[in-house]
Amino acid sequence: MGNAQPRRLALGAVGVVGALALAGCSGGGDAADGGELSIYIDSNPSSIALWDGLVAGYAEVNPDVTIEVETHPAGGEGDNLIKTRLSTGDMNDMFWYNSGSLLMALGPDKQLVSLSDEEWAADLDDNFVQAVSTEEGLYGVPVGASFAGAMVYNKDIYAELGLEVPTTWDEFMANAEAVTDAGLVGVVQSFGDAWTSQVPVLGDFFNVTADNPDWADEYTAGEAKFVDEPAVAGFQHLQDIHDAGVLNEDFASATYDDAVRMLAEGEAAHYPMLTGNVAEALGANYPDADASIGVFPIPGADSASNGLTVWMPNGVYVPKTTEGEQLEATKEFLTWLATPESCAIQADSTTLGGPFVVAGCELPDNAPALVHDMQAYFDEGRTSLALEFLSAIKGPSLEQITVEVGSGIRSADDGAALYDQDVVKQAQQLGLDW
Amino acid sequence: MTTATLAPKRRDLKTERPQRSQRRRGTSPYPLWFHIPAGVFFLVLFIIPTAASFYFSLTRWTLFDVEFIGLDNFVQFFREPALVRGFTNTFIYAFLTSAAKVVLGLMLAILLTSQIIARGFLRSVVFFPVLVSTVGIGVTFTVLLDPFDGMVNQLLGMVGIAGPGWLTDPNLALYTVAFVDVWKGVGLATLIYIAGIVAIPQEYFEAAKVDGASAWHNFRFIILPLARPATVTVVILSLIGGLRSFDLIWSMTGGGPGFTSDVIASVIYKQYQAGFFGLSTAGNVVLFLVVAAIILPLSYWLNRKGSES
Repeated sequence: MGNAQPRRLALGAVGVVGALALAGCSGGGDAADGGELSIYIDSNPSSIALWDGLVAGYAEVNPDVTIEVETHPAGGEGDNLIKTRLSTGDMNDMFWYNSGSLLMALGPDKQLVSLSDEEWAADLDDNFVQAVSTEEGLYGVPVGASFAGAMVYNKDIYAELGLEVPTTWDEFMANAEAVTDAGLVGVVQSFGDAWTSQVPVLGDFFNVTADNPDWADEYTAGEAKFVDEPAVAGFQHLQDIHDAGVLNEDFASATYDDAVRMLAEGEAAHYPMLTGNVAEALGANYPDADASIGVFPIPGADSASNGLTVWMPNGVYVPKTTEGEQLEATKEFLTWLATPESCAIQADSTTLGGPFVVAGCELPDNAPALVHDMQAYFDEGRTSLALEFLSAIKGPSLEQITVEVGSGIRSADDGAALYDQDVVKQAQQLGLDW
Repeated sequence: MTTATLAPKRRDLKTERPQRSQRRRGTSPYPLWFHIPAGVFFLVLFIIPTAASFYFSLTRWTLFDVEFIGLDNFVQFFREPALVRGFTNTFIYAFLTSAAKVVLGLMLAILLTSQIIARGFLRSVVFFPVLVSTVGIGVTFTVLLDPFDGMVNQLLGMVGIAGPGWLTDPNLALYTVAFVDVWKGVGLATLIYIAGIVAIPQEYFEAAKVDGASAWHNFRFIILPLARPATVTVVILSLIGGLRSFDLIWSMTGGGPGFTSDVIASVIYKQYQAGFFGLSTAGNVVLFLVVAAIILPLSYWLNRKGSES
């Protein structure tokens, strides 16, 4: 009896090691079984809902192929899982991931299958093509809709107080103060979720390019800096909002969900946020508030140049480890993803935060009201891609810096200078010689 | 007694087989093959990763490719704007929690070794927080300490005190986390002290009683000096824990608001998260050296003083 215990433990250990070794081999290589594809996505509930819809939709069109969905945590942890799988050759047949600088950090030329020759490549929006291409090829098909980093506002409060949509920053501040004077929250911030603090800086990028169209290239070359005009304005806006006393009193601890609730229930007038996220949260929790919520671009100094800073949807990418029959089946699926049929399923499975980027995909009638507000800017061409799609350089500490500036811990100039230091690290990591 | 019986035996062995013991220099009673499994385990899981981390700290490493860049990572790491703050916070945090655990642990241990009701139960109550997952504690306290909806500030509000933003006030966040760390870790310190105090022979107390010593004298001249090994253990364990603390800070403030409660470990973690693998490895090498540079002399000093007395 006394001896049995250690031996069973030892056997167990052998079993575990064996299982690990097997698991290590199985990830990407089930090429023999063409009837099954697997995809790696993030584990946000809305992402899972979106892919459940798409998988079910494809099963109707092509019943021979089943698609298995595997999830990873969103954010930095997910980035590292993707990198680890790619570098060890264990990636699924395809994966769904950010376009722009995060995609470029994966080294697409070395890691991914080029899709430039696929028929659907011509149907994609130019902005999206730019966000998933290098000089050597195009690597992704879009799934999801574009969205904007902008000022989401409560139209009921605007109507009640007789306010008009502002086109300059000064007008905006006047509106925010009018709302605060009326006993409501002028601007809501939610530093309990630190990432939300970046939107005033990132969403200001249209105003930066309006002032200097070459800013992104100069920034990549290490010449343009955030501490100088026009880019410092984003940091200045954060400080202005804090100093004017128009913030919610719990701005330091409020979470993203708290902020959306305040906006939807008419407690707060403005929230600088990504429209995709807000649309999702409204669709899931406050469907009745849909008509009350609108969106306008983060205003700059000049009312003549007023436009939206736009983010591109995630793409589906195919690693080079997917080969043969498996690759053929995957490409067939990607072709289907770029059809209006797939767009319609996407619109049903999630709440859209902006227009699609595939030709022939129209906004459905039931799209949220705030998306219709955005459509005008798209139609008039008053949009600019966000900086992360134009330059591979994004500093890792932006959210901490914007929290400090937005909470009055650090001044705008100081914060912008600190961020300039922060991006140097990214430039070094990319091997750029600044 | 035991040494007396063992010593002659060994001498017998040596005199019987002098050649073999000479070849093994008389130190190890085991043949070489006996060490091989442990040696392989140690090499593969400890020596190689440590050596690899020293190498990777000298490279630009994206997981896809590695480029040797000399000491650039260390230069960059020491230029990190959050570094000074990180080090300051790390030291404040480590010394504060360590000191509080020594004082509170000793006080609790004296209470829990005295004749009180339900002693066994109370001892386990003090130890419970040690058993709970750190992240679980962090999340729970984040909810309790919410400046507006949290239970702590609501209770304070009932008696007319406007509680501060425990985790959102930049001047307070680090101390709040340190307090929670002490709450969680003091049980272990108490346990070590209880073992130390219980091991003190009763004769000392009886002799002191005969001499008419007060309770204070008992504490000052018997418990404090004779529980010294326990103090050394508590100081070293909690200081090492404090210097490399990360999980509680990360789950409660994420180093925030902004960078105000960043410690070295969270600075390094954020670099890792951002994909700067070479840079964060360099940071870990620095952290390793700093911890070693503090703990080794301290441990040497404490132990030497212990054996002197």
